[in-house]
Amino acid sequence: MIDKSHIGVVSEERLIDVEKGQLKFFARASGTCDPIYFDEAAAERAGYPALPAPPTFLFSLALGAPAKRGSIFTDMGVDVSRILHGEQSFRHHKPIYAGDRITLVTETLDIFAKKGGALEFIVQVTRATNQHGEVCASMLCTTVVRNG
Amino acid sequence: MTDPPRKLPTMKVGDKLPDHVQGPISRATLALFAGASNDYVPLHIDSDFAKSAGMADVFAPGMLSMAYLGQMLTTWVPQERLRSWSVRFTAITPLYATVTCRGTVMAILEFEGEPCARLEIGAYTDQGVQTLAGEAIVALK
Repeated sequence: MIDKSHIGVVSEERLIDVEKGQLKFFARASGTCDPIYFDEAAAERAGYPALPAPPTFLFSLALGAPAKRGSIFTDMGVDVSRILHGEQSFRHHKPIYAGDRITLVTETLDIFAKKGGALEFIVQVTRATNQHGEVCASMLCTTVVRNG
Repeated sequence: MTDPPRKLPTMKVGDKLPDHVQGPISRATLALFAGASNDYVPLHIDSDFAKSAGMADVFAPGMLSMAYLGQMLTTWVPQERLRSWSVRFTAITPLYATVTCRGTVMAILEFEGEPCARLEIGAYTDQGVQTLAGEAIVALK
């Protein structure tokens, strides 16, 4: 069982650059047809200052700059072969654009078990702030660990 | 030059978003999405690893289908109108699946002082299995 003392642990701040090339790669890999996500000229014509990050991209930014403190794998000792994604939500406040430098902080909100411990759930929130100090978005991720 | 403002949909309860279809999801899709999304969990890209973990084969990450749901929403309204959205991953999306995203306006309500629509959103495989279930809050203007 995962030690509940991890509840409340707040990660270190992580910095990550939103790279134009990665946004284009993400758009292609996810089959995006809307050119504002991969063509700078189209984004500009639509009134954006740069390529916008699509609405799930914060998840990828967080994977690109994983937390050391409060890590599910290194701190909590979860085996990667046992995980499933349970739930995911996003709150969007300000757009994230190519060229932004985002600061991420992740906090573990809850750890609980179901089915007599056969499944454990880890709930973490990650908040993203841009280089202007504006809170851009936050996301809530529930990771499921299969112990059965 | 700036594009003319996009013609915006009216939003009333019962309105359905146009279905958004992606796939079929191949091994190449999974390899590319792993790289593009920074998600290197081997369950999605390494068949040997997936099988040793008790799975039938590699399977699509939930976030690929959530990206498809995001595309459905941002095809319908500009992304900056999307305030909040959430999904539960209710079933695994298997290799070779074609994914259909659907959305319906369930309510018009005030969200943090702003008129918004609440949508029910979901992703479904071509085998008729619902893989993601959730909702989205979208500003009316």
